Amino acid sequence: MTPMLAALTLTPGQAFVLWSVVKIVVVVAILLTMVAYAVLAERKVSAFIQDRVGPNRVTLPLIGSIPFLGPLLASWGIWQPLADGLKSFLKEDFTPAHVRKVYFWLAPAITMIPAFLTVAVIPFGSQIGGQKMVIADLNVGILYTFGIVSLGVYGIVLAGYAANSKYPFLGGIRSSAQMISYEIAMGMSVIPVFLLVGNLNLSRVIDYQAGFLVPWLLPNWLVFKQPLAFAIFLIAAFAETNRLPFDMPECETELVGGYNTEYSSMKFAMFFMGEYANMITSSAMMVTLFFGGWTLPWFGLDQTAGDNLVIGVMHIGVFLAKVVVVMLLIIWVRWMWPRFRYDQLMDLGWRRFIPLALANILLTAGILWAVRN
Amino acid sequence: MIVKRDKLNFWERLYLPAVIGGFKVTIRHFFGKKVTMQYPEEKWSVPPGYRGAPYLVKDQEDRTKCVSCQLCEFVCPPKAIRITPPGPAGSPEAGNVEKAPKEFEINMLRCIFCGFCQEVCPEEAIFLMKDYSLTGTSRAEMIYNKEKLLALGGVHDDKIQKWKHKAEEAKEQGIAP
Repeated sequence: MTPMLAALTLTPGQAFVLWSVVKIVVVVAILLTMVAYAVLAERKVSAFIQDRVGPNRVTLPLIGSIPFLGPLLASWGIWQPLADGLKSFLKEDFTPAHVRKVYFWLAPAITMIPAFLTVAVIPFGSQIGGQKMVIADLNVGILYTFGIVSLGVYGIVLAGYAANSKYPFLGGIRSSAQMISYEIAMGMSVIPVFLLVGNLNLSRVIDYQAGFLVPWLLPNWLVFKQPLAFAIFLIAAFAETNRLPFDMPECETELVGGYNTEYSSMKFAMFFMGEYANMITSSAMMVTLFFGGWTLPWFGLDQTAGDNLVIGVMHIGVFLAKVVVVMLLIIWVRWMWPRFRYDQLMDLGWRRFIPLALANILLTAGILWAVRN
Repeated sequence: MIVKRDKLNFWERLYLPAVIGGFKVTIRHFFGKKVTMQYPEEKWSVPPGYRGAPYLVKDQEDRTKCVSCQLCEFVCPPKAIRITPPGPAGSPEAGNVEKAPKEFEINMLRCIFCGFCQEVCPEEAIFLMKDYSLTGTSRAEMIYNKEKLLALGGVHDDKIQKWKHKAEEAKEQGIAP
Protein backbone atom coordinates (compact mmCIF):
# COMPACT_ATOMS: atom_id res chain seq x y z
CA MET A 1 0.00 0.00 0.00
CA THR A 2 1.30 3.46 -0.83
CA PRO A 3 2.40 5.60 2.15
CA MET A 4 -0.41 8.09 1.61
CA LEU A 5 -3.10 5.45 1.86
CA ALA A 6 -1.34 3.65 4.68
CA ALA A 7 -1.59 6.84 6.72
CA LEU A 8 -5.34 6.73 6.44
CA THR A 9 -5.39 3.34 8.20
CA LEU A 10 -8.34 1.82 6.46
CA THR A 11 -9.81 -1.49 7.41
CA PRO A 12 -9.25 -4.19 4.75
CA GLY A 13 -12.89 -3.92 3.71
CA GLN A 14 -12.73 -0.16 3.25
CA ALA A 15 -9.44 -0.43 1.39
CA PHE A 16 -10.94 -3.03 -0.94
CA VAL A 17 -13.95 -0.84 -1.74
CA LEU A 18 -11.79 2.23 -2.24
CA TRP A 19 -9.32 0.47 -4.50
CA SER A 20 -12.07 -1.20 -6.48
CA VAL A 21 -13.78 2.13 -7.11
CA VAL A 22 -10.49 3.72 -8.14
CA LYS A 23 -9.70 0.82 -10.47
CA ILE A 24 -13.18 0.83 -12.01
CA VAL A 25 -13.11 4.56 -12.66
CA VAL A 26 -9.62 4.47 -14.15
CA VAL A 27 -10.27 1.38 -16.27
CA VAL A 28 -13.55 2.72 -17.64
CA ALA A 29 -11.95 6.08 -18.38
CA ILE A 30 -9.08 4.38 -20.22
CA LEU A 31 -11.48 2.08 -22.05
CA LEU A 32 -13.65 4.99 -23.23
CA THR A 33 -10.59 6.91 -24.37
CA MET A 34 -9.39 3.85 -26.22
CA VAL A 35 -12.80 3.47 -27.83
CA ALA A 36 -12.63 7.06 -29.05
CA TYR A 37 -9.14 6.65 -30.40
CA ALA A 38 -9.89 3.23 -31.88
CA VAL A 39 -12.45 5.00 -34.05
CA LEU A 40 -9.80 7.49 -35.06
CA ALA A 41 -7.32 4.69 -35.75
CA GLU A 42 -9.92 2.95 -37.85
CA ARG A 43 -10.49 6.08 -39.90
CA LYS A 44 -6.79 6.76 -40.30
CA VAL A 45 -5.86 3.19 -41.23
CA SER A 46 -8.74 2.95 -43.68
CA ALA A 47 -7.73 6.26 -45.20
CA PHE A 48 -4.11 5.22 -45.60
CA ILE A 49 -5.04 1.89 -47.15
CA GLN A 50 -7.31 3.70 -49.60
CA ASP A 51 -4.64 6.28 -50.53
CA ARG A 52 -6.36 9.03 -48.56
CA VAL A 53 -5.09 11.03 -45.57
CA GLY A 54 -8.00 10.72 -43.14
CA PRO A 55 -9.22 13.26 -40.59
CA ASN A 56 -6.70 16.09 -40.27
CA ARG A 57 -8.74 19.23 -39.66
CA VAL A 58 -9.87 19.51 -36.05
CA THR A 59 -7.82 21.89 -33.92
CA LEU A 60 -8.22 23.24 -30.42
CA PRO A 61 -8.14 27.04 -30.04
CA LEU A 62 -4.98 27.38 -27.92
CA ILE A 63 -3.02 24.27 -28.79
CA GLY A 64 -3.68 24.77 -32.48
CA SER A 65 -1.75 28.03 -32.47
CA ILE A 66 1.48 26.48 -31.15
CA PRO A 67 3.84 26.87 -34.13
CA PHE A 68 4.86 23.35 -35.09
CA LEU A 69 3.07 21.05 -32.65
CA GLY A 70 -0.45 22.39 -33.20
CA PRO A 71 -0.69 21.71 -36.95
CA LEU A 72 1.14 18.39 -36.50
CA LEU A 73 -1.37 17.14 -33.92
CA ALA A 74 -4.22 18.35 -36.10
CA SER A 75 -2.83 16.48 -39.09
CA TRP A 76 -2.77 13.33 -36.99
CA GLY A 77 -6.42 13.93 -36.18
CA ILE A 78 -5.73 13.88 -32.44
CA TRP A 79 -8.75 16.07 -31.64
CA GLN A 80 -11.14 14.36 -34.02
CA PRO A 81 -12.67 12.08 -31.32
CA LEU A 82 -13.66 15.21 -29.36
CA ALA A 83 -15.48 16.57 -32.37
CA ASP A 84 -17.11 13.19 -33.05
CA GLY A 85 -18.30 12.86 -29.46
CA LEU A 86 -19.63 16.40 -29.38
CA LYS A 87 -21.43 15.83 -32.65
CA SER A 88 -23.18 12.69 -31.45
CA PHE A 89 -24.35 14.51 -28.32
CA LEU A 90 -25.65 17.52 -30.21
CA LYS A 91 -27.45 15.69 -32.99
CA GLU A 92 -31.20 15.35 -32.93
CA ASP A 93 -32.21 12.19 -31.12
CA PHE A 94 -35.00 11.07 -33.36
CA THR A 95 -37.34 8.27 -32.35
CA PRO A 96 -39.38 7.07 -35.34
CA ALA A 97 -43.12 6.73 -34.76
CA HIS A 98 -43.26 3.06 -35.69
CA VAL A 99 -40.72 1.68 -33.20
CA ARG A 100 -41.41 -0.28 -30.03
CA LYS A 101 -40.30 2.46 -27.69
CA VAL A 102 -39.29 0.58 -24.55
CA TYR A 103 -37.05 -1.89 -26.38
CA PHE A 104 -35.84 0.86 -28.67
CA TRP A 105 -34.51 2.76 -25.66
CA LEU A 106 -33.24 -0.34 -23.92
CA ALA A 107 -31.27 -1.87 -26.79
CA PRO A 108 -28.31 0.54 -26.93
CA ALA A 109 -27.71 0.17 -23.21
CA ILE A 110 -27.93 -3.62 -23.41
CA THR A 111 -25.37 -3.58 -26.21
CA MET A 112 -22.95 -1.39 -24.37
CA ILE A 113 -23.08 -2.79 -20.84
CA PRO A 114 -21.71 -6.31 -21.57
CA ALA A 115 -18.84 -4.80 -23.50
CA PHE A 116 -17.81 -2.87 -20.40
CA LEU A 117 -18.50 -5.67 -17.93
CA THR A 118 -16.03 -8.08 -19.52
CA VAL A 119 -13.11 -5.83 -18.66
CA ALA A 120 -13.65 -6.59 -14.98
CA VAL A 121 -11.82 -9.92 -15.01
CA ILE A 122 -8.95 -9.02 -17.33
CA PRO A 123 -5.65 -8.48 -15.48
CA PHE A 124 -4.28 -5.32 -17.08
CA GLY A 125 -1.12 -5.18 -14.98
CA SER A 126 0.63 -7.03 -12.19
CA GLN A 127 0.64 -4.88 -9.08
CA ILE A 128 0.75 -1.23 -8.16
CA GLY A 129 1.25 -0.41 -4.50
CA GLY A 130 0.60 -4.02 -3.54
CA GLN A 131 -2.78 -3.99 -5.28
CA LYS A 132 -3.54 -6.51 -8.00
CA MET A 133 -4.23 -4.72 -11.25
CA VAL A 134 -7.48 -6.49 -12.01
CA ILE A 135 -10.91 -5.30 -10.96
CA ALA A 136 -12.23 -8.73 -9.99
CA ASP A 137 -9.77 -11.60 -9.63
CA LEU A 138 -12.43 -14.23 -10.28
CA ASN A 139 -11.60 -17.91 -10.16
CA VAL A 140 -14.06 -18.51 -12.97
CA GLY A 141 -12.79 -15.59 -15.04
CA ILE A 142 -13.23 -17.12 -18.46
CA LEU A 143 -16.67 -18.53 -17.69
CA TYR A 144 -17.76 -15.10 -16.50
CA THR A 145 -16.44 -13.59 -19.74
CA PHE A 146 -18.32 -16.02 -21.94
CA GLY A 147 -21.46 -15.53 -19.90
CA ILE A 148 -21.32 -11.76 -20.30
CA VAL A 149 -20.32 -11.89 -23.96
CA SER A 150 -23.40 -14.01 -24.68
CA LEU A 151 -25.53 -11.17 -23.33
CA GLY A 152 -24.17 -8.88 -26.02
CA VAL A 153 -26.32 -10.52 -28.65
CA TYR A 154 -29.51 -9.45 -26.89
CA GLY A 155 -28.86 -5.80 -27.48
CA ILE A 156 -28.54 -6.34 -31.21
CA VAL A 157 -31.51 -8.68 -31.46
CA LEU A 158 -33.59 -6.27 -29.41
CA ALA A 159 -32.52 -3.34 -31.55
CA GLY A 160 -33.52 -5.26 -34.66
CA TYR A 161 -36.88 -6.17 -33.16
CA ALA A 162 -37.60 -2.77 -31.64
CA ALA A 163 -36.97 -0.88 -34.87
CA ASN A 164 -40.03 -2.58 -36.35
CA SER A 165 -38.73 -2.36 -39.88
CA LYS A 166 -37.41 -5.02 -42.18
CA TYR A 167 -33.70 -4.31 -42.55
CA PRO A 168 -32.93 -3.94 -38.85
CA PHE A 169 -34.98 -7.06 -38.24
CA LEU A 170 -32.95 -9.06 -40.76
CA GLY A 171 -29.78 -7.69 -39.19
CA GLY A 172 -30.96 -8.80 -35.76
CA ILE A 173 -31.78 -12.30 -36.97
CA ARG A 174 -28.45 -12.65 -38.71
CA SER A 175 -26.53 -11.45 -35.72
CA SER A 176 -28.24 -13.84 -33.34
CA ALA A 177 -27.52 -16.80 -35.62
CA GLN A 178 -23.95 -15.69 -36.20
CA MET A 179 -23.07 -14.87 -32.63
CA ILE A 180 -24.54 -18.03 -31.19
CA SER A 181 -22.73 -20.20 -33.75
CA TYR A 182 -19.38 -18.59 -33.22
CA GLU A 183 -19.70 -18.55 -29.45
CA ILE A 184 -19.58 -22.34 -29.54
CA ALA A 185 -16.42 -22.38 -31.64
CA MET A 186 -14.92 -19.66 -29.46
CA GLY A 187 -15.71 -21.46 -26.22
CA MET A 188 -14.31 -24.72 -27.53
CA SER A 189 -11.16 -23.10 -28.87
CA VAL A 190 -10.03 -21.96 -25.43
CA ILE A 191 -10.58 -25.30 -23.69
CA PRO A 192 -7.07 -26.60 -24.68
CA VAL A 193 -5.61 -23.44 -23.17
CA PHE A 194 -7.18 -24.21 -19.85
CA LEU A 195 -6.24 -27.87 -20.13
CA LEU A 196 -2.64 -26.71 -20.31
CA VAL A 197 -2.93 -24.10 -17.57
CA GLY A 198 -5.13 -26.12 -15.27
CA ASN A 199 -6.93 -23.06 -13.92
CA LEU A 200 -9.79 -20.83 -15.09
CA ASN A 201 -8.45 -17.73 -13.36
CA LEU A 202 -7.01 -15.37 -15.95
CA SER A 203 -4.22 -14.26 -13.60
CA ARG A 204 -3.04 -17.89 -13.41
CA VAL A 205 -3.17 -18.08 -17.23
CA ILE A 206 -0.75 -15.17 -17.33
CA ASP A 207 1.49 -16.69 -14.65
CA TYR A 208 1.68 -19.83 -16.77
CA GLN A 209 2.96 -17.82 -19.74
CA ALA A 210 5.99 -16.37 -17.93
CA GLY A 211 9.46 -17.26 -19.14
CA PHE A 212 10.69 -18.59 -22.46
CA LEU A 213 9.73 -21.42 -24.74
CA VAL A 214 13.05 -21.10 -26.58
CA PRO A 215 15.54 -19.18 -24.43
CA TRP A 216 15.79 -15.51 -25.42
CA LEU A 217 13.92 -16.05 -28.65
CA LEU A 218 10.42 -17.35 -28.18
CA PRO A 219 8.36 -16.32 -25.17
CA ASN A 220 6.38 -19.04 -23.43
CA TRP A 221 3.14 -17.66 -24.82
CA LEU A 222 0.22 -19.92 -25.47
CA VAL A 223 -0.07 -18.70 -29.05
CA PHE A 224 3.05 -20.75 -29.82
CA LYS A 225 1.76 -23.80 -27.97
CA GLN A 226 -1.80 -23.57 -29.27
CA PRO A 227 -1.68 -21.84 -32.66
CA LEU A 228 -4.86 -23.53 -33.86
CA ALA A 229 -6.75 -22.48 -30.75
CA PHE A 230 -5.56 -18.94 -31.31
CA ALA A 231 -6.58 -18.95 -34.97
CA ILE A 232 -10.07 -20.17 -34.15
CA PHE A 233 -10.41 -17.74 -31.25
CA LEU A 234 -9.26 -14.82 -33.40
CA ILE A 235 -11.67 -15.58 -36.22
CA ALA A 236 -14.53 -16.26 -33.82
CA ALA A 237 -13.73 -12.94 -32.14
CA PHE A 238 -14.17 -11.20 -35.49
CA ALA A 239 -17.58 -12.81 -35.78
CA GLU A 240 -18.52 -12.03 -32.19
CA THR A 241 -17.65 -8.37 -32.50
CA ASN A 242 -19.44 -8.11 -35.85
CA ARG A 243 -16.33 -7.02 -37.64
CA LEU A 244 -15.53 -7.57 -41.27
CA PRO A 245 -15.22 -10.11 -42.83
CA PHE A 246 -18.18 -11.20 -40.71
CA ASP A 247 -20.21 -8.02 -40.34
CA MET A 248 -23.46 -9.66 -41.39
CA PRO A 249 -25.65 -7.77 -38.91
CA GLU A 250 -24.65 -4.39 -40.35
CA CYS A 251 -23.80 -5.23 -43.91
CA GLU A 252 -24.46 -1.82 -45.46
CA THR A 253 -24.80 -3.09 -49.00
CA GLU A 254 -27.63 -5.49 -48.24
CA LEU A 255 -29.27 -4.24 -45.07
CA VAL A 256 -28.94 -0.44 -45.31
CA GLY A 257 -27.33 -0.14 -41.89
CA GLY A 258 -28.48 -3.38 -40.25
CA TYR A 259 -29.83 -3.39 -36.71
CA ASN A 260 -28.95 0.26 -36.07
CA THR A 261 -30.66 1.68 -39.17
CA GLU A 262 -33.39 3.47 -37.21
CA TYR A 263 -31.06 4.88 -34.58
CA SER A 264 -29.63 8.35 -34.49
CA SER A 265 -27.56 10.63 -32.30
CA MET A 266 -26.33 9.29 -28.97
CA LYS A 267 -28.23 6.01 -29.24
CA PHE A 268 -26.39 5.22 -32.43
CA ALA A 269 -23.16 6.35 -30.83
CA MET A 270 -23.79 3.87 -28.02
CA PHE A 271 -24.01 1.00 -30.49
CA PHE A 272 -20.84 2.27 -32.05
CA MET A 273 -19.07 2.57 -28.71
CA GLY A 274 -20.32 -0.88 -27.73
CA GLU A 275 -18.85 -2.34 -30.90
CA TYR A 276 -15.47 -0.76 -30.33
CA ALA A 277 -15.47 -1.58 -26.62
CA ASN A 278 -16.16 -5.18 -27.64
CA MET A 279 -13.23 -5.07 -29.99
CA ILE A 280 -10.98 -3.77 -27.25
CA THR A 281 -12.12 -6.30 -24.67
CA SER A 282 -11.75 -9.17 -27.10
CA SER A 283 -8.27 -7.91 -27.99
CA ALA A 284 -7.49 -7.74 -24.28
CA MET A 285 -8.82 -11.27 -23.92
CA MET A 286 -6.62 -12.51 -26.74
CA VAL A 287 -3.60 -10.80 -25.24
CA THR A 288 -4.36 -12.37 -21.87
CA LEU A 289 -4.98 -15.87 -23.17
CA PHE A 290 -2.41 -16.15 -25.94
CA PHE A 291 0.14 -13.36 -25.71
CA GLY A 292 1.11 -13.45 -22.05
CA GLY A 293 -0.98 -10.53 -20.84
CA TRP A 294 1.15 -7.92 -19.08
CA THR A 295 4.30 -10.03 -19.14
CA LEU A 296 7.35 -9.77 -21.30
CA PRO A 297 9.90 -12.53 -20.85
CA TRP A 298 12.81 -10.18 -21.40
CA PHE A 299 14.32 -8.01 -18.63
CA GLY A 300 12.47 -9.88 -15.91
CA LEU A 301 9.18 -8.22 -16.77
CA ASP A 302 7.36 -11.53 -16.32
CA GLN A 303 7.38 -11.40 -12.51
CA THR A 304 4.86 -9.47 -10.45
CA ALA A 305 6.02 -5.98 -9.62
CA GLY A 306 5.55 -6.15 -5.85
CA ASP A 307 6.24 -2.71 -4.40
CA ASN A 308 8.16 -1.48 -7.42
CA LEU A 309 5.97 1.25 -8.89
CA VAL A 310 7.99 1.65 -12.12
CA ILE A 311 7.73 -2.04 -13.00
CA GLY A 312 4.01 -1.97 -12.18
CA VAL A 313 3.41 0.91 -14.57
CA MET A 314 5.59 -0.75 -17.21
CA HIS A 315 3.45 -3.89 -16.97
CA ILE A 316 0.33 -1.85 -17.70
CA GLY A 317 2.17 -0.23 -20.61
CA VAL A 318 3.16 -3.63 -22.00
CA PHE A 319 -0.42 -4.82 -21.73
CA LEU A 320 -1.83 -1.74 -23.45
CA ALA A 321 0.81 -1.96 -26.20
CA LYS A 322 -0.13 -5.56 -26.91
CA VAL A 323 -3.83 -4.65 -26.98
CA VAL A 324 -3.12 -1.83 -29.43
CA VAL A 325 -1.24 -4.21 -31.74
CA VAL A 326 -4.13 -6.69 -31.76
CA MET A 327 -6.57 -3.81 -32.33
CA LEU A 328 -4.56 -2.66 -35.32
CA LEU A 329 -4.71 -6.18 -36.70
CA ILE A 330 -8.51 -6.23 -36.31
CA ILE A 331 -8.81 -2.81 -37.95
CA TRP A 332 -6.45 -3.75 -40.75
CA VAL A 333 -8.43 -6.88 -41.58
CA ARG A 334 -11.57 -4.82 -42.07
CA TRP A 335 -10.00 -2.92 -44.95
CA MET A 336 -8.35 -5.96 -46.47
CA TRP A 337 -11.02 -8.59 -47.08
CA PRO A 338 -14.48 -8.61 -48.58
CA ARG A 339 -17.47 -9.75 -46.56
CA PHE A 340 -18.28 -13.43 -46.37
CA ARG A 341 -21.55 -14.64 -47.78
CA TYR A 342 -24.00 -15.66 -45.07
CA ASP A 343 -24.02 -19.37 -45.90
CA GLN A 344 -20.22 -19.39 -46.13
CA LEU A 345 -20.10 -17.86 -42.69
CA MET A 346 -22.36 -20.50 -41.21
CA ASP A 347 -20.51 -23.27 -43.03
CA LEU A 348 -17.19 -22.02 -41.72
CA GLY A 349 -18.49 -21.83 -38.17
CA TRP A 350 -20.31 -25.12 -37.91
CA ARG A 351 -18.51 -27.41 -40.33
CA ARG A 352 -14.94 -26.20 -40.04
CA PHE A 353 -14.24 -24.52 -36.73
CA ILE A 354 -16.30 -26.61 -34.35
CA PRO A 355 -14.81 -29.94 -35.57
CA LEU A 356 -11.35 -28.37 -35.61
CA ALA A 357 -11.77 -27.05 -32.08
CA LEU A 358 -13.00 -30.45 -30.90
CA ALA A 359 -10.03 -32.16 -32.55
CA ASN A 360 -7.73 -29.67 -30.89
CA ILE A 361 -9.22 -30.46 -27.47
CA LEU A 362 -8.75 -34.19 -28.05
CA LEU A 363 -5.20 -33.75 -29.30
CA THR A 364 -4.18 -31.55 -26.39
CA ALA A 365 -5.81 -33.86 -23.88
CA GLY A 366 -4.11 -36.84 -25.50
CA ILE A 367 -0.69 -35.22 -25.41
CA LEU A 368 -1.16 -34.12 -21.79
CA TRP A 369 -2.23 -37.63 -20.85
CA ALA A 370 0.75 -39.14 -22.66
CA VAL A 371 3.16 -36.71 -20.99
CA ARG A 372 1.74 -37.35 -17.53
CA ASN A 373 2.12 -41.13 -17.86
CA MET B 1 -21.04 -17.92 -72.42
CA ILE B 2 -20.26 -20.42 -69.74
CA VAL B 3 -17.43 -19.48 -67.45
CA LYS B 4 -15.51 -22.53 -66.40
CA ARG B 5 -14.52 -22.29 -62.79
CA ASP B 6 -11.32 -24.02 -61.80
CA LYS B 7 -11.45 -26.26 -58.79
CA LEU B 8 -9.49 -24.68 -55.97
CA ASN B 9 -6.77 -26.83 -54.54
CA PHE B 10 -6.31 -27.37 -50.84
CA TRP B 11 -3.80 -24.55 -50.40
CA GLU B 12 -6.13 -22.10 -52.11
CA ARG B 13 -9.12 -23.29 -50.13
CA LEU B 14 -7.23 -22.57 -46.93
CA TYR B 15 -7.81 -18.89 -47.82
CA LEU B 16 -4.19 -18.11 -47.00
CA PRO B 17 -3.03 -17.09 -50.50
CA ALA B 18 -5.91 -14.59 -50.56
CA VAL B 19 -4.89 -13.34 -47.13
CA ILE B 20 -1.29 -12.84 -48.18
CA GLY B 21 -2.32 -11.19 -51.44
CA GLY B 22 -4.66 -8.84 -49.62
CA PHE B 23 -2.00 -7.99 -47.09
CA LYS B 24 0.51 -7.17 -49.82
CA VAL B 25 -1.91 -4.87 -51.58
CA THR B 26 -2.96 -3.04 -48.42
CA ILE B 27 0.63 -2.65 -47.20
CA ARG B 28 1.63 -1.19 -50.55
CA HIS B 29 -1.18 1.33 -50.44
CA PHE B 30 -0.68 2.12 -46.76
CA PHE B 31 2.82 3.41 -47.41
CA GLY B 32 2.08 4.61 -50.93
CA LYS B 33 1.53 8.13 -52.16
CA LYS B 34 -1.74 9.70 -51.03
CA VAL B 35 -4.02 11.21 -53.62
CA THR B 36 -6.16 13.39 -51.37
CA MET B 37 -6.30 17.05 -52.35
CA GLN B 38 -6.44 19.38 -49.32
CA TYR B 39 -9.44 21.07 -50.85
CA PRO B 40 -9.92 24.61 -49.64
CA GLU B 41 -6.16 25.21 -49.63
CA GLU B 42 -5.27 23.55 -52.91
CA LYS B 43 -7.78 23.55 -55.68
CA TRP B 44 -8.44 21.48 -58.71
CA SER B 45 -7.26 23.12 -61.94
CA VAL B 46 -10.33 23.72 -64.07
CA PRO B 47 -10.07 22.56 -67.69
CA PRO B 48 -10.78 25.00 -70.52
CA GLY B 49 -14.39 24.99 -71.60
CA TYR B 50 -15.57 24.30 -68.06
CA ARG B 51 -18.98 25.72 -67.26
CA GLY B 52 -18.72 27.43 -63.90
CA ALA B 53 -20.63 30.39 -62.55
CA PRO B 54 -21.88 32.98 -65.11
CA TYR B 55 -20.46 36.47 -64.59
CA LEU B 56 -20.74 39.75 -66.49
CA VAL B 57 -17.69 41.24 -68.18
CA LYS B 58 -16.49 44.71 -69.10
CA ASP B 59 -14.45 45.52 -72.16
CA GLN B 60 -10.96 46.99 -72.03
CA GLU B 61 -12.37 50.53 -71.84
CA ASP B 62 -14.22 49.73 -68.63
CA ARG B 63 -17.55 49.71 -70.40
CA THR B 64 -20.24 47.31 -69.28
CA LYS B 65 -20.85 45.16 -72.30
CA CYS B 66 -24.37 44.09 -71.41
CA VAL B 67 -27.02 46.08 -73.27
CA SER B 68 -30.09 44.80 -71.40
CA CYS B 69 -31.49 42.92 -74.37
CA GLN B 70 -32.85 40.38 -71.87
CA LEU B 71 -32.24 37.41 -74.15
CA CYS B 72 -30.40 35.60 -71.38
CA GLU B 73 -33.22 36.33 -68.98
CA PHE B 74 -35.61 34.87 -71.52
CA VAL B 75 -33.55 31.78 -72.35
CA CYS B 76 -32.54 30.94 -68.80
CA PRO B 77 -34.20 27.56 -68.05
CA PRO B 78 -34.44 27.92 -64.25
CA LYS B 79 -35.21 31.67 -64.48
CA ALA B 80 -32.16 32.56 -62.46
CA ILE B 81 -31.50 35.87 -64.23
CA ARG B 82 -33.39 39.08 -63.60
CA ILE B 83 -32.54 42.23 -65.54
CA THR B 84 -33.83 45.73 -64.87
CA PRO B 85 -33.29 47.76 -68.07
CA PRO B 86 -32.50 51.48 -67.80
CA GLY B 87 -35.77 52.45 -69.47
CA PRO B 88 -36.21 55.21 -72.05
CA ALA B 89 -34.03 57.68 -70.16
CA GLY B 90 -30.77 55.80 -70.73
CA SER B 91 -27.59 56.64 -68.97
CA PRO B 92 -26.49 60.30 -69.12
CA GLU B 93 -22.93 59.67 -70.29
CA ALA B 94 -23.65 57.03 -72.92
CA GLY B 95 -26.88 58.43 -74.27
CA ASN B 96 -28.92 56.01 -76.26
CA VAL B 97 -25.96 54.23 -77.79
CA GLU B 98 -25.49 51.82 -74.92
CA LYS B 99 -28.28 50.59 -72.79
CA ALA B 100 -26.38 49.17 -69.84
CA PRO B 101 -28.67 47.48 -67.32
CA LYS B 102 -29.79 49.37 -64.25
CA GLU B 103 -29.66 46.12 -62.31
CA PHE B 104 -28.63 42.60 -63.26
CA GLU B 105 -29.17 39.79 -60.81
CA ILE B 106 -28.28 36.12 -61.03
CA ASN B 107 -29.64 33.83 -58.40
CA MET B 108 -26.79 31.36 -58.02
CA LEU B 109 -29.03 28.98 -56.10
CA ARG B 110 -31.23 28.62 -59.17
CA CYS B 111 -28.53 28.67 -61.81
CA ILE B 112 -27.89 25.28 -63.38
CA PHE B 113 -24.71 26.32 -65.20
CA CYS B 114 -26.13 25.30 -68.57
CA GLY B 115 -24.37 28.08 -70.44
CA PHE B 116 -27.42 29.13 -72.47
CA CYS B 117 -26.96 32.75 -71.38
CA GLN B 118 -23.43 32.79 -72.73
CA GLU B 119 -24.56 31.12 -75.93
CA VAL B 120 -27.46 33.47 -76.55
CA CYS B 121 -25.71 36.73 -75.66
CA PRO B 122 -25.27 38.86 -78.81
CA GLU B 123 -22.80 41.15 -77.07
CA GLU B 124 -20.48 38.58 -75.50
CA ALA B 125 -21.25 40.18 -72.20
CA ILE B 126 -21.83 37.13 -70.01
CA PHE B 127 -19.49 34.17 -69.66
CA LEU B 128 -19.45 31.00 -67.65
CA MET B 129 -16.23 31.30 -65.68
CA LYS B 130 -14.25 28.80 -63.66
CA ASP B 131 -15.81 29.29 -60.23
CA TYR B 132 -17.46 26.07 -59.10
CA SER B 133 -17.79 26.45 -55.36
CA LEU B 134 -20.20 29.25 -54.51
CA THR B 135 -21.04 29.55 -50.85
CA GLY B 136 -23.05 31.91 -48.73
CA THR B 137 -24.76 31.96 -45.37
CA SER B 138 -28.17 33.12 -46.61
CA ARG B 139 -30.35 32.93 -49.69
CA ALA B 140 -30.12 36.71 -50.17
CA GLU B 141 -26.36 36.45 -50.24
CA MET B 142 -26.52 34.01 -53.10
CA ILE B 143 -28.32 36.45 -55.39
CA TYR B 144 -25.41 38.19 -57.09
CA ASN B 145 -26.11 41.77 -58.22
CA LYS B 146 -24.62 43.68 -61.14
CA GLU B 147 -21.77 45.16 -59.15
CA LYS B 148 -20.69 41.80 -57.81
CA LEU B 149 -21.05 40.04 -61.16
CA LEU B 150 -18.97 42.68 -62.91
CA ALA B 151 -16.30 42.58 -60.24
CA LEU B 152 -16.06 38.79 -60.48
CA GLY B 153 -16.24 38.76 -64.26
CA GLY B 154 -13.34 41.10 -64.89
CA VAL B 155 -12.32 42.36 -68.30
CA HIS B 156 -12.99 40.64 -71.59
CA ASP B 157 -10.64 41.77 -74.32
CA ASP B 158 -13.09 42.78 -77.06
CA LYS B 159 -11.50 42.58 -80.53
CA ILE B 160 -14.37 44.23 -82.38
CA GLN B 161 -15.40 47.05 -80.03
CA LYS B 162 -18.59 47.55 -81.97
CA TRP B 163 -19.96 50.33 -79.78
CA LYS B 164 -16.78 52.34 -79.89
CA HIS B 165 -16.92 52.44 -83.68
CA LYS B 166 -20.63 53.27 -83.58
CA ALA B 167 -19.91 56.21 -81.30
CA GLU B 168 -17.09 57.43 -83.58
CA GLU B 169 -19.36 57.07 -86.59
CA ALA B 170 -22.03 59.11 -84.85
CA LYS B 171 -19.52 61.85 -84.00
CA GLU B 172 -18.28 61.98 -87.61
CA GLN B 173 -21.84 62.45 -88.77
CA GLY B 174 -22.32 65.20 -86.23
CA ILE B 175 -24.87 63.35 -84.15
CA ALA B 176 -24.32 63.27 -80.39
CA PRO B 177 -24.03 59.73 -79.13
